[in-house]
Amino acid sequence: MMETLQNLLGPAWPVVWTLVKIIAIVLPLMGGVAYLTLAERKVIGFMQVRIGPNRVGYYGLLQPLADGIKLLMKEIIIPSAANRTLFLLGPVLAIAPALAAWAVVPFDLTLVLADIDAGLLYILAMTSVAVYGVIIAGWASNSKYAFLGSLRSAAQIVSYEIAMGFALVGVLMSANSLNLGKIVLAQSGGILQWYWLPLFPLFIVYFISAVAETNRAPFDVAEGESEIVAGFHVEYSGMAFAVFFLAEYANMFLVAALAALMFLGGWLSPVAFLPDGIWWLIIKVFALLFIFLWFRATFPRYRYDQIMRLGWKVFIPVTLVWILFVGGMMQTRWAYLFH
Amino acid sequence: MESQADIHTVMMIFQDFVFYGLAAILLFAGVRVITARNPVHAALFLVLAFFTAAGIWLLLEAEFLAIALVLVYVGAVMVLFLFVVMMLDINLDKLREGFWKALPVALPIGILMAAEMVMILGSKHFSSEMITAPAPRPAGYSNTAELGRQLYTDYLLPFELASVVLLVAIVAAIALTLRERKDSKFIDPAEQVRVKRADRVRIISMPAEKELPPVTEAVAEKK
Repeated sequence: MMETLQNLLGPAWPVVWTLVKIIAIVLPLMGGVAYLTLAERKVIGFMQVRIGPNRVGYYGLLQPLADGIKLLMKEIIIPSAANRTLFLLGPVLAIAPALAAWAVVPFDLTLVLADIDAGLLYILAMTSVAVYGVIIAGWASNSKYAFLGSLRSAAQIVSYEIAMGFALVGVLMSANSLNLGKIVLAQSGGILQWYWLPLFPLFIVYFISAVAETNRAPFDVAEGESEIVAGFHVEYSGMAFAVFFLAEYANMFLVAALAALMFLGGWLSPVAFLPDGIWWLIIKVFALLFIFLWFRATFPRYRYDQIMRLGWKVFIPVTLVWILFVGGMMQTRWAYLFH
Repeated sequence: MESQADIHTVMMIFQDFVFYGLAAILLFAGVRVITARNPVHAALFLVLAFFTAAGIWLLLEAEFLAIALVLVYVGAVMVLFLFVVMMLDINLDKLREGFWKALPVALPIGILMAAEMVMILGSKHFSSEMITAPAPRPAGYSNTAELGRQLYTDYLLPFELASVVLLVAIVAAIALTLRERKDSKFIDPAEQVRVKRADRVRIISMPAEKELPPVTEAVAEKK
């Protein structure tokens, strides 16, 4: 069947085939995002001895659909003093990088949209671009709360990106490659070969920076609903707001998948007698996402100066020292531990 | 075989198409950076210009430089730039007041520079016959690894020198702007961590019930 299609479409075939693959990635991702919002409400509900949503559908399972329909029906209000073009561009710029980064994420040995050599760099570039959605939305709203939110977000993301980048430098020193598939393969050989063990401080720094990078509690000062109403998206309603919401959860999926790929062996099985496969990646991603939700239910919001101190004075020195340590150890006879 | 050649031509045409598209966007964005009335718009057009420039570098198979351009300039430098520009209240009309007065001087200089560039870039030294297209790299070629090898072997000394200069610049910039304010309030986290309960709370032991004074005659009579 594939060959008949290939003959039928001729030179247009690669384009069509790539589009099919993109849809095969984005659709499950969006479904996952929708149900992550429900999972968040359920998990936090149980942690706070509540039930969570349980009215729409059996056990509340249709709640995300109901939320989606409700937001679609609402009017998108554009403030009269807002910068119209940029106001509408904000949500688009927030979600586009969160989806674009999935192009290089390998789900399996061969299951990857674009198997490029500079995959890790590409991911870093895409996550660093994600901040523009927040900044532009905050500025274009022409509202002081939104503007304060966007300023906070800009400073926070620039600070944590450095720690995140340094944490990944350790990974690529160990794996000797920027290709995400090769990074996973370099960790083969069971749970003790995964990079969380030799690069443990970097793993912790990466994960916490990822929480900060996605603007999740306890680093959600850009939203800070108890101080600046709802931060950068205070002026957004209906679907425009929903796109920000989707972008935040899509980013959570992305950083969880990256942590799983780079520190927890991606699709590799933790023990030798079980086969490798995409299901391991899915299990790891969901375990990390659960930790995200757990954080939100547990920690109060960081104060702004504490966030800056943690980023600049704790994480960056920790990563620098550990990179130096790993580089030094690679010159000794214990080098095999760090490869 | 014939369809293979067909696909190759299609790819070449597609590459030209992408290049001219990106070049057109780049020129438009560059012009808008200097003509946009709003400084935030100008900064955002500069971001667009960096993006399209990165796209053109990708066409040249320089993927490390292209992604580094996005990572460093778009992801960090322009964010800080926007951070500052958004907070400024620039009155552009005031900035443009001297436009007509400066024009008689600026215009000849501008024309001269443009003419010089046309003469140099249009000369035969830069024509496509002089510079042949680089041979396409084999599939396994890693631009990043090659760049790293060059930097740390052939160009080690210039590279280290540049990094030292940058380090000095960073330290100097911080030292110049660092002012110890006497009246600023700050919290020392180490002190906060060290604090013990005994430093903050004093527990007083006192009886839970108080003995009532003896009932006097007057009170008893009232009852």
